[in-house]
Amino acid sequence: MSVSGSESEASRRSSKKPKYSKFTQQELPACKPLLTPGIVIGAFSLIGIVFVPIGLASLSASQEIVELVDRYDEECVTASDKIGFIQDTKVNKACTRKITVPKPMKGPIHIYYQLENFYQNHRRYVKSRSDQQLRSKDYKDPKAVIKSCDPEATTGDGSLIVPCGLIAWSLFNDTYAFSVNKKEVQVNKKNIAWASDKNSKFGSDVFPINFQKGGLIGGGNLNDKLPLSEQEDLIVWMRTAALPTFRKLYGRIESDIMASDEITVVIQNNYNTYSFGGTKALVLSTASWIGGKNNFIGIAYVAVGGICLFLAMGFVVLYVIKPRTLGDPSYLSWNKEDAGYSH
Amino acid sequence: MARARKRDRLRWSKLYTFSCFRHPHTDEGGGGGGGPSAASGSPVGGPGFSRVVHCNNSILHRRKPLKYPTNYISTTKYNVLTFLPKAIFEQFRRVANLYFLLTAILSLTPVCPFSPVSMIAPLAFVVGLSMIKEALEDWRRFMQDMKVNNRKVSVHKGDGEFGFRHWEDLCVGDVVRVEKDQFFPADLLLLSSSYEDGICYVETMNLDGETNLKLKRSLEVTLPLEEDETYKDFRGVIRCEDPNPSLYTFIGNLEYERQIYSIDPFQILLRDSKLRNTAFIYGVVIFTGHDSKVMQNSTESPSKRSRIEKKMDLVIYILFTVLVLISLISSIGFAVRIKLDLPRWWYLQPEKSNKLDDPTRPALSGIFHLITALILYGYLIPISLYVSIEVVKVAQAHFINQDLHMFDEETGNTAQARTSNLNEELGQVHTILSDKTGTLTCNQMDFLKCSIAGVSYGVRASEVERAAAKQMASGAADDQDISLEDVWENTEDEIQLLEGVNFSAGNTPKTSIKGFSFEDNRLMQGNWTKEPNSNMVLLFFRILALCHTAIPEVNEETGALTYEAESPDEGAFLVAAREFGFEFSKRTQSSIFIKEKYTSSNGTIEREFKILNLLEFNSKRKRMTVILKDEDDRIFLLCKGADTIIFDRLAKNGRLYEPDTTKHLNEYGEAGLRTLALSYRMLEESEYASWNAEFLQAKTSIGPDRELQLERVADLIERELILVGATAVEDKLQTGVPQCIDRLAQAGLKIWVLTGDKMETAINIGYACSLLRQGMKRISLSTTAGDQVAQDAQKAAKESLMLQIANGSQMVKLEKDPDAAFALIIDGKALTFALEDDMKHMFLNLATECASVICCRVSPRQKALVTRLVKEGLGKTTLAIGDGANDVGMIQEADIGVGISGVEGMQAVMASDFSISQFRFLERLLVVHGHWCYKRIAQMICYFFYKNITFGLTIFYFEAFAGFSGQSVYDDWFMLLFNVVLTSLPVISLGVFEQDVSAEICLQFPALYQQGPNNLFFDWYRILGWMGNGLYSSLAIFFLNICIFYDQAIRSGGQTADMASVGTTMFSCIIWAVNIQIALTMSHFTWIQHVFVWGSIGTWYVFIIAYGMALKSRDNYQIMLEVLGPAPLYWAATLLVTAACNIPYLIHISYQRSCNPLDHHVIQEIKYLRKDVEDETMWKRERSKARQRTKIGFTARVDAKIKQIKGRLHKKSPSLTIHTVA
Repeated sequence: MSVSGSESEASRRSSKKPKYSKFTQQELPACKPLLTPGIVIGAFSLIGIVFVPIGLASLSASQEIVELVDRYDEECVTASDKIGFIQDTKVNKACTRKITVPKPMKGPIHIYYQLENFYQNHRRYVKSRSDQQLRSKDYKDPKAVIKSCDPEATTGDGSLIVPCGLIAWSLFNDTYAFSVNKKEVQVNKKNIAWASDKNSKFGSDVFPINFQKGGLIGGGNLNDKLPLSEQEDLIVWMRTAALPTFRKLYGRIESDIMASDEITVVIQNNYNTYSFGGTKALVLSTASWIGGKNNFIGIAYVAVGGICLFLAMGFVVLYVIKPRTLGDPSYLSWNKEDAGYSH
Repeated sequence: MARARKRDRLRWSKLYTFSCFRHPHTDEGGGGGGGPSAASGSPVGGPGFSRVVHCNNSILHRRKPLKYPTNYISTTKYNVLTFLPKAIFEQFRRVANLYFLLTAILSLTPVCPFSPVSMIAPLAFVVGLSMIKEALEDWRRFMQDMKVNNRKVSVHKGDGEFGFRHWEDLCVGDVVRVEKDQFFPADLLLLSSSYEDGICYVETMNLDGETNLKLKRSLEVTLPLEEDETYKDFRGVIRCEDPNPSLYTFIGNLEYERQIYSIDPFQILLRDSKLRNTAFIYGVVIFTGHDSKVMQNSTESPSKRSRIEKKMDLVIYILFTVLVLISLISSIGFAVRIKLDLPRWWYLQPEKSNKLDDPTRPALSGIFHLITALILYGYLIPISLYVSIEVVKVAQAHFINQDLHMFDEETGNTAQARTSNLNEELGQVHTILSDKTGTLTCNQMDFLKCSIAGVSYGVRASEVERAAAKQMASGAADDQDISLEDVWENTEDEIQLLEGVNFSAGNTPKTSIKGFSFEDNRLMQGNWTKEPNSNMVLLFFRILALCHTAIPEVNEETGALTYEAESPDEGAFLVAAREFGFEFSKRTQSSIFIKEKYTSSNGTIEREFKILNLLEFNSKRKRMTVILKDEDDRIFLLCKGADTIIFDRLAKNGRLYEPDTTKHLNEYGEAGLRTLALSYRMLEESEYASWNAEFLQAKTSIGPDRELQLERVADLIERELILVGATAVEDKLQTGVPQCIDRLAQAGLKIWVLTGDKMETAINIGYACSLLRQGMKRISLSTTAGDQVAQDAQKAAKESLMLQIANGSQMVKLEKDPDAAFALIIDGKALTFALEDDMKHMFLNLATECASVICCRVSPRQKALVTRLVKEGLGKTTLAIGDGANDVGMIQEADIGVGISGVEGMQAVMASDFSISQFRFLERLLVVHGHWCYKRIAQMICYFFYKNITFGLTIFYFEAFAGFSGQSVYDDWFMLLFNVVLTSLPVISLGVFEQDVSAEICLQFPALYQQGPNNLFFDWYRILGWMGNGLYSSLAIFFLNICIFYDQAIRSGGQTADMASVGTTMFSCIIWAVNIQIALTMSHFTWIQHVFVWGSIGTWYVFIIAYGMALKSRDNYQIMLEVLGPAPLYWAATLLVTAACNIPYLIHISYQRSCNPLDHHVIQEIKYLRKDVEDETMWKRERSKARQRTKIGFTARVDAKIKQIKGRLHKKSPSLTIHTVA
């Protein structure tokens, strides 16, 4: 072998040598946090210290909120055949409820209707809508509409319904008229839907066509003259609720209501919850930064925070009664084995 | 060139007696023209023997009907056309993938709760990634094939002209010329060689792992074809067997010049074996490419799966059961609701129902819903688990490949993880089965010591002695109060020192002669003439220089001589003789020339010794003899062989030095050296003549007993010998082998050595690498059955073996001393019986009781069988390590096969799962990489289960609130991205980068390795714990969110939450909870983990904002910016749920660490507090304790010695020198 040969050999060898880098040698600098007693106690205390005040703050916010719930489905139907009553279109369904305000309510007061046992989250229901159709009047693909809005896509003679689908078709149609101390109060129904829904999802050039003209009449009707983007009740309704019990915003009363004021509500009790054993309620509520009256989150925060403080103390006790020096070699398995061995 | 080699032309057939005999047919007439054989009775031409080869007429073989495959080989699984169908088929053979495929297909039907793309995209991603990996691996294989296919070989191109051609273009019938040290490109029929009588040497290392050279010889009739020109008109027809995998048989005949000659395996040169010691050969191609025997032999290596993966499958099955169960619950619930409630739910228009939800046929709808539910809850079975594991393993393999600590400067090879799916198995090894030659030893012999005329020469200590002496020095220095720790510290430094610098070079800078490490001034530089027995010394040197079968090779540039010897021992002897002044310079047909140089001052004398006979070495005779005549016409018989054989044959007056020599032989053996005894005999002319006549008769005899005859005659003359002395050769251990074995033993690994060597050699090596030591109780199992084939002899042998095993077990059982160590040594024949069904468990039980097990003289097949016995008998992970083709079986059989690369032959490496270039790298591979990979994969899989249970169950709970209708609360895209993007990188970083302790500590505390074999991180307790954690988290996430968002307004604006906002909040909580969880699980944060974990959370927000802006038609339009972002309740819920999910785990790990810390916890703390720097004695003490109690290895040896010394100190006066102990 000539010298040059062995040289090239050597270079070939060294060329195969992996290049050193901290990454490939798995020597990247790393922080290795350790659960020392201090950190454990500190962590639990910290959670406790942060959580308890948050809990208390939200509890107090929740306490300030005045919420009036009035279930009216039972009382507003006097007939024994409730289903027959509600399905009868000729009967006058007005119903007057009187609510006394226990605490002063500062405006705006939010008006909700609350339905129970109504499965807006049922898959058959959720699927039955056409977002494209709602957004643009140019969308006229009958096949796709029929497919996505099944089973409420067309009228009996086959013409498309706008807005189609079960959700729109079952639109909630009870109405409320308020008066405080016999004085009529305006309900502000503007801005009850998300702005983005109004601006983007429901077209300003889409008008109801053939709505509620199918074989069956579901819920409420729509004003044919108004574009969908201005029909906020529909927009709110079409944001399906996650649970079978839900509230939806109906409107707002902008003025304050004093304590012991009497609110009179004239309800047009149109919506059929009687078939499926659901309930209806009218809710008046003020709101704070936390939203509506929500004691649960406050309690949960206080509970978790409390548990953590308790745990922090528990670990303090544990470290006192069963102290272990960090890195005490006597806890290594071989030392423990040895101890056992000698006995 | 051919002419320059003429000097090589020796007729070996005249010298050799045994291996070189001719086939009976062609041996007639003692080397004249071989007689043609009758083809009658031979099966050639019959079924299975249809091949016809037209020699030197390959044109005929390029067309039908004689078209045979070309010499192109391909070991790839796929080709361009078959890749797609085949690879896809492979992918969907996995049950999990099939399940996902089914769901993807079903997603195209209305049954599916999601959009089809969200089902198909992840599947395509996962399958695509795996297929890319397959394609890359196959590409690598293709490149390797191309390398082989493009090798060049000299081929006859017509008119006596030879030219180079690629291997792949070689055709059946081509005549090729192969030069020295080249591989044969195909299976060839040997026509002629550079030797006059047509012999050649072949190294078959790649085929059977044997390192000694094999002799092949051509037919007599083709001998004249020894020049390029002679092939001008060469024609011949070979009729032979069809391609088959049998390496040692060949049936066929050659039709040449209208005669038929039969061909036997002696004329066949197999592909992938190598031409050695022969300048060139001519051969004609018989089998090409995949027809060749070696290719026919190649078996597809079995695909192995790690224990963790097998257990993971079990867990997957459990999850499947859970999945089916909740789907059933869900579909029953659905059916019930449909039957009872749906008719009343007017808002769903029940009267317009289709078959999917038909109140009149609830059972049918229920069944359809079952499919929907199975798809919906499919998130319990993580589709991405498989792909993540694959990605992680590739990365881990990359780290193994790139590890500089496993890079061998000498060969330039890195460690290679050839199959990445066994990385974590490396951390669970229980038993190592190791080959010896080439694995533990370098197969390089160094002449180290000798005993001549009862005087031992050679002051240099063997590696074993040196190491032991050093340890003793450190141990004894501490006289009375020997503390183990200090000894350990010293040995530790020693080992580090040894590992750091080249072992032998560091100690003796002047030695540079390969094969010669002898050092003793009494013999060197001609000083031996002053020795009292100088004539014996002279004889000793002459035996070394004369009694061999080697050929000298002159380097044409430097004039230096190198020797082509059949075995490395012989080479070492010749080098030694040369160094002593007896240079073997030339071999001719009848003579050996030696240049003798008595003293450094006077010149050299060349002496010629006429060789009369050469009785060569074989494993049965265990000796070799030359009979020669010196210049004074005296006839000598020189014999070297195994000591027992020689001692049996000594004359009465030849036993003068026997007692001393025996003593020395024992010393050498204990020092780990290979020994041979040398002897001679003077023959009278007449005595020789009469014997030679008999010998010639035996040599020319025909028939099956020819060999026996020869042996008998040879035995007649090899008697009445006079003992001269003994040699001791060091079979050099590879660097760091004893240290590595020691460490592996301390890590709790069992080591078995399986070797093809004879028992004595194996035992020597056992001593050399500290698997055996003095004071160990040896249980040797062997049978005396010999070659008897008789039934009853077999039975008797078996019974005696049974008894031996029973005795051995009894002995182990009755042993009271807890420190007593046993060694089991079993030889191949006994092993045949021991591996039979009725005995193997007895044998295994005994073997597991013993500290070391050495199996000698085992065949490759037995190696595999032993491996299987250990694997199946113990049910533990086995690792087989070897370098040769004979280890392939064992490597494939073991749970993990490791091949040693860098030595010749790639078979072992090709069959292996991991390849390293030095045995000592095994320590790092197991203790560092194995340990890490095991923990990483185990934690990763557990976390995966947790994560998917957490996510999957929330979907189920929501179902219950949605009338079991199959509605998901999450957007399709969330579900899609959950596994693929939002939680995949952190878990991959856990699997790739997690380190509980650093590599350095892994090595310092070998006991940590035991966490793997004990399966501390993937036991059912852990798995169920994690699953329970997942269950808890899912409950917490779902119900806390439901309660928070029940019916109230979520913002001061008074708006209530719809399904999209509840879903998004819940999903945010999940993302936070699982990512915080993984952050708590990790103990090692590099910037990568930080980026991945926190980045995943960030990505979620980036995604939801981007998604909210992009898709106007969805409910999620602007959900983060407009609805949830400004709502304090959303953030409060996220914080609360995240904390609630992780507090129990935090409690668990805090409690565990404070009350039951695991070893790595304590070590982490020591490191964290820098106690190892402050309290060095503690650190050292713990390091020494963190070793399994071993009975083998250096440490055990030192312990035993110390005990011995202590014992003596108590009894006797403390006047003790190290020498007596060493």
